[in-house]
Amino acid sequence: MIPGRKVKEHALFIICSIATLLSIAGLIILLLDAFADGLPWLDFQFLNSLPSHYPDKAGIKAALIGSVWIVGLTALFSFPIGVAAALYLEEYAPRNWFTSFINVNIANLAGVPSIVYGLLGIGLFVESLTLGRSILAGALTMTLLILPIIIVASREAIRSVPKAYREGAYALGATRWQVTREIVLPSALPGILTGTILALSRAIGEAAPMITIAALAYINFVPTSPFDRFTVMPIQIYNWVSNPIREFHHLAAAGIIVLLGVLLSMNSIAIYIRYRYQKRVR
Amino acid sequence: MIGNVKIDVRDLNVWFGQNHVLKDITLKIKRNTVTAVMGPSGCGKTTFIRALNRMNELIEGSRTTGEIYIDGKNIYDKETDVYELRKKVGMVFQKPNPFPKSIFDNIAFAPRIHGITDPKTLQEIVERSLKEAALWNEVKDRLKDSALDLSGGQQQRLCIARALAIKPEILLLDEPCSALDPSATAKVETLIRKLAENYTVIIVTHNMQQAARVSDYAAFLYAGKLIEYGGTRQIFENPQNVLTEKYITGKFG
Amino acid sequence: MPRAQEWIIEKLLFLCALISVFTMFAILAMLLFGAISFFQEVSIIEFFTGTKWTPLFKPQHFGILPLLWGTLLVTIIALGVAVPLGLGSAILLSEYAPEQVRKIIKPVLEIMVGIPTVVYGYFALTFVTPILQVVFPETSVFNALSAGIVMGIMITPMVSSLSEDAMLAVPQSLREAAYGLGARKHEVALRVVLPSAFSGVVASIILAMSRAIGETMIVSIAAGSTPKLTLNPLEGIQTMTAYITQISLGEAPFGSLEYRTIFSVGLTLFLIVFAVNLIGHWMARRYWRQY
Repeated sequence: MIPGRKVKEHALFIICSIATLLSIAGLIILLLDAFADGLPWLDFQFLNSLPSHYPDKAGIKAALIGSVWIVGLTALFSFPIGVAAALYLEEYAPRNWFTSFINVNIANLAGVPSIVYGLLGIGLFVESLTLGRSILAGALTMTLLILPIIIVASREAIRSVPKAYREGAYALGATRWQVTREIVLPSALPGILTGTILALSRAIGEAAPMITIAALAYINFVPTSPFDRFTVMPIQIYNWVSNPIREFHHLAAAGIIVLLGVLLSMNSIAIYIRYRYQKRVR
Repeated sequence: MIGNVKIDVRDLNVWFGQNHVLKDITLKIKRNTVTAVMGPSGCGKTTFIRALNRMNELIEGSRTTGEIYIDGKNIYDKETDVYELRKKVGMVFQKPNPFPKSIFDNIAFAPRIHGITDPKTLQEIVERSLKEAALWNEVKDRLKDSALDLSGGQQQRLCIARALAIKPEILLLDEPCSALDPSATAKVETLIRKLAENYTVIIVTHNMQQAARVSDYAAFLYAGKLIEYGGTRQIFENPQNVLTEKYITGKFG
Repeated sequence: MPRAQEWIIEKLLFLCALISVFTMFAILAMLLFGAISFFQEVSIIEFFTGTKWTPLFKPQHFGILPLLWGTLLVTIIALGVAVPLGLGSAILLSEYAPEQVRKIIKPVLEIMVGIPTVVYGYFALTFVTPILQVVFPETSVFNALSAGIVMGIMITPMVSSLSEDAMLAVPQSLREAAYGLGARKHEVALRVVLPSAFSGVVASIILAMSRAIGETMIVSIAAGSTPKLTLNPLEGIQTMTAYITQISLGEAPFGSLEYRTIFSVGLTLFLIVFAVNLIGHWMARRYWRQY
């Protein structure tokens, strides 16, 4: 019995535990830092004010409303298109090279850096379709970005609907669309919703593509139409962090808290839906 | 060739990819009878009945040649509407597969997709179907409950009721009792005998005693070929083919 | 239900699926056209071999190597953090940890993936950099090390989760054979499981690397905007992604040569990420085919 081996076994365990703890510690320190820095600056005035050149007057209102606009419109576009694409690929598409081609495209799109989507947005929506640096251009860009995520999540949900249900419906004389609409979609809906909400929560946090579309324009108004210019929370945070005046860093931290709060709510809703659904299926 | 013959199968061949699953099947099935389709695992029994309502087409890479005449019309004709066909030919599967909906909505599903929306009519259809499937008394007070709450035997009778809701003329049952316990099996077998009064029933079974109990005619399939077909008593008491005899006496299968 | 309706619905669904193909083509078209227009005025040789990148200054130089190097430096640092931490966590979770512990740790690591990159960028600039400046007083406000470390923290869950999956796929029978021969846990983990899971683990590292290459916010906020070829991670540099951000924020007139650099740089970035992803997915497929 070589004593060194036992020591080595424990050593590996300790090293791996340290590694894991460090990763988690990194996360915790990050959150604590943001909270410590930003909490004192987080008050109703912060939530309700527009940006300003004076740190104590500035607030996140314009960015918050802008984020709501962007996420809302993105949801409106991406949800039906994403679900439709997923339904096509799972229920209708024949097993040929073109379908494989579509699948490969979707997989690759998921790996494209988000800033490239921003460039696409500028070229296509801002310039070619002359939508300008508007909320609409931003939402359309964001739609293209999260579409692969929604498609992948929806396909999984659709795939988990048991084949037996479909066969039963076909045997009763249902057409493909009837089977899809009456049997597949209702069963897959909770999974689809969960995936969509998670995709949208990614959209809220994305800065790069929005920065290229909206730029760092000084938005000191609350947008009221999809054609208005806008800013979103991540851009505002970036703006404040990049500001050499130290006080703005605290504002950035406060903004981060708000952003994380919104994300937490969205993820909780998604988890709740998943939980409710699992309970129902027994 | 109408008269007494409901289903006339001629030279039916089915391939799944390269796999030649059914070879030159030819037989005639009389109306209002129960026909048992038997044979060892993998002999093509399920593929055969799925050919009768064209469900094999749902499988990618399947190919079918030959003709199947139901009431004199070839169902593999170009003009045949496969959705109307499936109204006429109902199917119950080996493992009960009620939809994750209420008992009522399960039965009402088929009438609804075929255009019936009047609530009163649907209510009548649901009641009639459940009575025909001998399930009405057990569920009449909880039609809104989920179908998944029922026991295995009840679920299978629900699936039968679901198939009966659109008044098919032919019923295809694919080993309907293999997932059920003996008492549920007994109930379903009684039901099958009763159904033959109004429907033409074809039942796949690997349980020979069940075939003997329940059917008027029997077809024995082996490796995709039809080995023997005739009256049930004759097949069991006086099989003409050596293979049939071996299967009946349990030498394989 | 009339057949025509079925046909229309199928075509509509098909169109929606086609949008993904359209998106890919649009991205490629935009990048290619922009890059072609750019390369009509700047030689490709200079672009790929030049060591100075000063499109916004006179005299203009269009050598992309500083940007490439900036990206590479930050990525290497990030992997230097993520690989040990990620592998360590993966080994712990797959070989040592009981189910209850896994159930707690995994979701925590998942959370890290969901945190927006601006938050990581903020952390790098306002927390990590000051600490570095205490330890190494010559650290500049914008530096590669800070961004690299934080990016490493960000991609650790990717390495951890994918490696863990790869290790869990190694059949229990292999472990049992080793234990049966008297091996101890660390020998099983390091000499049996890890080698078997090797290509799966490498695939996870490659995919995490592609994420690091394409990341924008952390480097824009903390790594700097001075493209240079330096081995000193305590200095500021600029990555390809940060440069693209800088230009699209309006520092160059639209349509000018300086503006068109975002397409040549963007195309380079896209192709690199695409290639890395291809390799990563190919390795992953090869690995999983065994199981």
